[in-house]
Amino acid sequence: MSKIHVTTTVNGEPAEFLCEPQESLLDVLRDKLQLTGSKEGCGSGDCGACSITLDGRLVCSCLVLGVEAEGKTIGTIEGLANGDELHPLQRKFLEHAALQCGFCTPGLLVATKALLDANPNPTETEARFWLAGNLCRCTGYDKIIRAVMDAAAEMRGEHA
Amino acid sequence: MPRLSYAAPASVPDAIKLLAGAEGLAKVLSGGTDLLVQLRSGRTRPELIVDTKKIPGIIGIRETEDGFVIGAATSGAEIGENAALVAAYPGVVEGTNLIGSTQVQGRASLAGNLCNASPAADSVPALIAAGAVAVVVGPNGQRNVPVGQIVIAPGRTSLAKGEFILEFHLPKPKAKQSDAYLRFIPRTEMDIAVVGCGVNLTLDANGVITAACIVLGAVAPTQVVVEAAAKAIIGTKLDDAALAALDAAARAACNPITDKRGTIEFRTKIAGVLARRAAKIAYDRAGAR
Repeated sequence: MSKIHVTTTVNGEPAEFLCEPQESLLDVLRDKLQLTGSKEGCGSGDCGACSITLDGRLVCSCLVLGVEAEGKTIGTIEGLANGDELHPLQRKFLEHAALQCGFCTPGLLVATKALLDANPNPTETEARFWLAGNLCRCTGYDKIIRAVMDAAAEMRGEHA
Repeated sequence: MPRLSYAAPASVPDAIKLLAGAEGLAKVLSGGTDLLVQLRSGRTRPELIVDTKKIPGIIGIRETEDGFVIGAATSGAEIGENAALVAAYPGVVEGTNLIGSTQVQGRASLAGNLCNASPAADSVPALIAAGAVAVVVGPNGQRNVPVGQIVIAPGRTSLAKGEFILEFHLPKPKAKQSDAYLRFIPRTEMDIAVVGCGVNLTLDANGVITAACIVLGAVAPTQVVVEAAAKAIIGTKLDDAALAALDAAARAACNPITDKRGTIEFRTKIAGVLARRAAKIAYDRAGAR
């Protein structure tokens, strides 16, 4: 049967793949492009573990069809670090021990990056509401929020 | 199971041709936040998905002399970022922005929320209260349908085969007109309305209500326009007696079910409470304009 050919951009690099109409973008990223950082938690848009950006907009990749990526610009967790140098958010998540099993972490990092791109100086309330669609079942949210607020402050240049 | 195909037509006629020509079930894809969940669970088994997002104008917001035109597939996030729309219709925007998470807001659309036809859809009560009109296109041309006439039963719309919504028209608000939407959920985020209430009010220069529309969600199979509630407050300054009459009229209009989110008694009581609170917010907003 004929699959659909899709040409897209992932983390700044051109990418192409063949997929079935009903395949989710999450499945395409993980199984066809070997970008396994995005996780599948619920598959229904409730948990945020598959968070990516699509043309700069934060979305759940499980709620996007692979074919919809045609001509789009995709950002995944794999694009966050600069080579071997961790993004400040990643570093702060480690410093604050804001992860245990780590399953929700890629989604939280992608979602937080999108928050800070839009609003570099969020209140704690704004950060908590923004991240309400990213569920964590073991770390607890306080350490995550502390890491987010600390990283935001550092990225604003408020402490050396 | 028939094999699924996908098409992303770049024009309205092409989209209509595809939808009307499908032998089996054809589904319209906007943001996909409901459709993809239903596809995955097997609740819907279409043979064709028509992605409308490549149609020019179906994403975006335009301010015209007559009001606002919101493309059917415009995301909730984009709606929330439009300062002119937020100023003109804060209730429509707050209802829309209550749908799902930040991630869901990045995709969820007004047409999707409406055509998913849930009684609990958060964007719908305020849209109806605003007098919003859906521009429906299909094999027999274009028709303008008040939003309140789209949903006919849970999961069912009045759209015929081959039809889809292209855009929504919101009239330009009058002086001293504003709106509000409130919903009750047992937590602060990420839940489905137990009761929702949209209120749109117009005041005169003395603060007397001259026009009102109160719409309840999640208390009946479809959204309910409560005309008795509007009558109860028109001609008043929303004093305590008017609020009590509004509360009673809202409760009397309820025909809810008992489910895990709330009982019939609870939903009925909350409908009155939300009607009062949303009316107060809309009244203050209208007075401040």
